[in-house]
Amino acid sequence: MAHDLPVELNDAVAVLGAFPVLAGANLTVQRGEIVLLRGPNGAGKTTLLRLCAGLIELERGHGHVLGLDLSTQRWAVRHRVGLLGHANGLYADLTVTENVAFWGRTVGASDAEIAAAVKRMGLDGRLADVQVSRLSAGQRRRTALASLVARRAELWLLDEPHAGLDATGRDELDDVLRLAARAGATIMVASHELERAGTLATRQVEVVAGQVRELGATS
Amino acid sequence: MSETRRAFASVRATARLIAVKDLRIERRGRVLTNQVLPFALIVMVMFAFALDSDAVLERVAPGLVWLATLFSTLFVIARSFAVESADGALDQLRTTGAPSAGIFLGKALALMIQLLALVAVLVLAAVVLYRADISWQGGVLLVTTAVAATCGLAAVGTLYGGLSAGAKGRETLLPLLVLPVVAPVLIGATRATESAFGTNGIAVGEGWPWLVLLVVFAVLFSVTGAIAFGSLLDE
Repeated sequence: MAHDLPVELNDAVAVLGAFPVLAGANLTVQRGEIVLLRGPNGAGKTTLLRLCAGLIELERGHGHVLGLDLSTQRWAVRHRVGLLGHANGLYADLTVTENVAFWGRTVGASDAEIAAAVKRMGLDGRLADVQVSRLSAGQRRRTALASLVARRAELWLLDEPHAGLDATGRDELDDVLRLAARAGATIMVASHELERAGTLATRQVEVVAGQVRELGATS
Repeated sequence: MSETRRAFASVRATARLIAVKDLRIERRGRVLTNQVLPFALIVMVMFAFALDSDAVLERVAPGLVWLATLFSTLFVIARSFAVESADGALDQLRTTGAPSAGIFLGKALALMIQLLALVAVLVLAAVVLYRADISWQGGVLLVTTAVAATCGLAAVGTLYGGLSAGAKGRETLLPLLVLPVVAPVLIGATRATESAFGTNGIAVGEGWPWLVLLVVFAVLFSVTGAIAFGSLLDE
């Protein structure tokens, strides 16, 4: 059976310590979708994202990400997804371009790809050579997203991406995510900011007690 | 290209990328030159004040050089992993799927280069402060010793730095983990340096067997680290 969807989880169980955080989760995500993961704290949203990133083991059930088996090809999954948590994963002493170049080079990105990623996030020009320690929170977030682009991430897994951003930064981030989805990226967003993330998402699901419940498409 | 050759090429490329990045961060931050090096020199001067005898200082100079190096190494390791955990970069590194052996070797290489610079300055300080004397043959032994010893220190430092990076109380955990393990480096490097300095009339030739210990240590921990680092990061 071919598994060519970005995400296919069937009865997925993931355990942290002895506690099953995901208890038989089912989820399918189509290419180009922006899926909002809703749910209370501790419901398993972050674990679901980390499972899809290949960072934690699939204890039971079946799971495929970008056609790769989560049970046997976790390392290969990591090459093709980008996970952005509460932290940005940037080096404060390096410039915007140096950071994006570093992450891009981990997958062998060319100079042209790196420059394109920086430009796509509106970080070219004066900002390109500014050290990350001197950037605003929104600019850092955009730098982190530019790193995902340079890494050729096909599936973006974003955990509370609006946290710590002001209104302008949030608007900029939403624009960037919509553009990325139009360019072919598939995006999963875990967020408590339902109104904002709801307008961004093309579909919403709710994670409750380790299970995923479909809430349907958004207008 | 065969699968094995491709894997080695990937490890080499990752190691180079990480080492260049770490050295660039050090060049910008100047923690080694502005903080660690002055600390090491202060330790050397304090030893000179405490011992207050030229004869004693000449005798213990090799040990003091490596003790100061060891203490300073802890700061360099801590700094190396602080830049990774400050904004979650270590977690990001895991998600890139870059070979963990490459990450280990890159970080160890950057550490080793910094430690070599540190040892060079400390040996110079020993010559000035403790009046240590080095012959041409002693110089060769000293350089070889410094390379092997810093390689071992860097390998252990990277291994345990990665282990303690996400742990609570990592600042105090790191010395507890590292110092007992690197005791063979302290002993071997001190004995080899005594031969290089000609301390107590020890011949240069007597230092080479100690170098074997340092090389075995460095190889053992480099290989172990390259194999085990992925599991450590995943824990």
